[in-house]
Amino acid sequence: MSINWFKYSSPQAFHPLAGRMIPWFSVAALVLICVGLYIGFFVAPTDFQQGDAYRIIFVHVPAAWMSMFLYVIMAVWAGLGLGLNARPSFMMAQAIAPTGAMFTFLALLTGSMWGKPTWGAWWVWDARLTSELILLFQYIGIILLRASIDDLRRADRASAVLALVGVVNVPIIYFSVQWWNTLHQGASVSMTASPKMATTMVTAMLIMTLGFWMYSIAVTLARMRCVILERERQPSWGKNTSIQEVAEAR
Amino acid sequence: MQWGSVSEFLAMGGYGVYVWTSFGVTALCMVWEVLAVWRRHAVAAAESRGLS
Amino acid sequence: MSQPSMSEALRGIVHRDLQLAMRHRSDVAMSIFFVVIVASLFPLGVGPESAVLRMIASGVLWVTALLACLLSLGRLFTADFLDGVLEQMLLIPQPLSILVVGKVFAHWVISGLPVVLLSPLLGLQFGLSGESLWVLTLSLLLGTPTLSMIGAIGAALTLGLRGSGLLVALLVLPLFIPVLIFGAGSVTSSLAGIGSEANLSLLGACFLFSLVFAPWATAVALRIALE
Repeated sequence: MSINWFKYSSPQAFHPLAGRMIPWFSVAALVLICVGLYIGFFVAPTDFQQGDAYRIIFVHVPAAWMSMFLYVIMAVWAGLGLGLNARPSFMMAQAIAPTGAMFTFLALLTGSMWGKPTWGAWWVWDARLTSELILLFQYIGIILLRASIDDLRRADRASAVLALVGVVNVPIIYFSVQWWNTLHQGASVSMTASPKMATTMVTAMLIMTLGFWMYSIAVTLARMRCVILERERQPSWGKNTSIQEVAEAR
Repeated sequence: MQWGSVSEFLAMGGYGVYVWTSFGVTALCMVWEVLAVWRRHAVAAAESRGLS
Repeated sequence: MSQPSMSEALRGIVHRDLQLAMRHRSDVAMSIFFVVIVASLFPLGVGPESAVLRMIASGVLWVTALLACLLSLGRLFTADFLDGVLEQMLLIPQPLSILVVGKVFAHWVISGLPVVLLSPLLGLQFGLSGESLWVLTLSLLLGTPTLSMIGAIGAALTLGLRGSGLLVALLVLPLFIPVLIFGAGSVTSSLAGIGSEANLSLLGACFLFSLVFAPWATAVALRIALE
């Protein structure tokens, strides 16, 4: 069965398609997260050094990975939008941003929760946590920039440029903060998990990450549907869509 | 199973506050996000229907 | 009459912007006084102990220069935008990036260069001396134009938006951080006796990187804002 993918590049066609995909990803997410939590709490042993506090990594690491992964995906959609001048690409980027920001916030919060019992401090300025904090600022900047621009086309393209500039910044930030840590001796704490993790721990972490990924897809598709409906009501990109046209399109 | 009792499980070797806050806030945020998007879609769909 | 070359266009726009700025000489004064006042706030807040001041000097002076750049970004494109001159610039044959370089350079001469020239005095206020003073000045000489170029991207993205002052800060500060780290780090490493070459080289790399990419990104952002 060959699928005419281009058919789905129109928002009107994508809306029901996304609606059909969401349940699958939601179920996958639920199953994976449940399995991951089970392994994480009932199979993985207590860590020798960190006690049971280490179990926070089963949400911290997946959240952190998703926050960075989603940013890159968002930037890819932004780049596609700018390169192909394709409105749906911008809409995808718009749909991803809030979920990415949420995971960044969770990564920071759980990182803090992990750091306090493990390293004795609510916050440490190591490269990864600090980069995560900057990433949160970048997410918020993109969301606020879009919110500040009334013209939809300008909002799409401006936030896309910002996303791309930001994606270049992320590795630079990481490197510079690591550099900064080596410069200021005494910052020897690191949030890296202990080098040798039991297989069960790694498995649980990976399953949770996969679960978060499925969740992100489901939520992004759902938000995309909202964006599609909301944009239909506005005259998009300078064109004044009459109510009649909108009704006919459905 | 490595937990002797429910209270042991909740205590998490003394780190219960940290562990359960982390998992709790994570779960809360994800549930909240799902509900928020659901509500947003309901509002958007209702307004679209109101127009046409 | 033949088409002006790119270097002529560049010189032309720098000349024009500097001339316009000279009519508002207070702008130069504002940058200088801002930096002096803000730098003075820190000892007042932290205490006059010289060891402490010397330790925080690089960070304080660099953050102050950074804030001065941030606050002056509003003046980079706004006047031309309101006049309609900016839209005209989009139409001329010379690449927009070149014009951006020119505008940013002129802007830096007005708001960034005074800070660089003032920095030895401020460094003395904080107990820096000798080599670290030179390193401070050199780091700001490399860093402030970099900050201006990066900041221009934010200024272009937020052109004409309400509340753009705060929004620019939010967008641009994450991009400033590497420059801040290397710039302040050069002075810190100089004070620690480790030598500032590494940090200054990285700062130089940031300068070159932003020189190549920032004007182009700014031009893209300007077109988006004006179309």
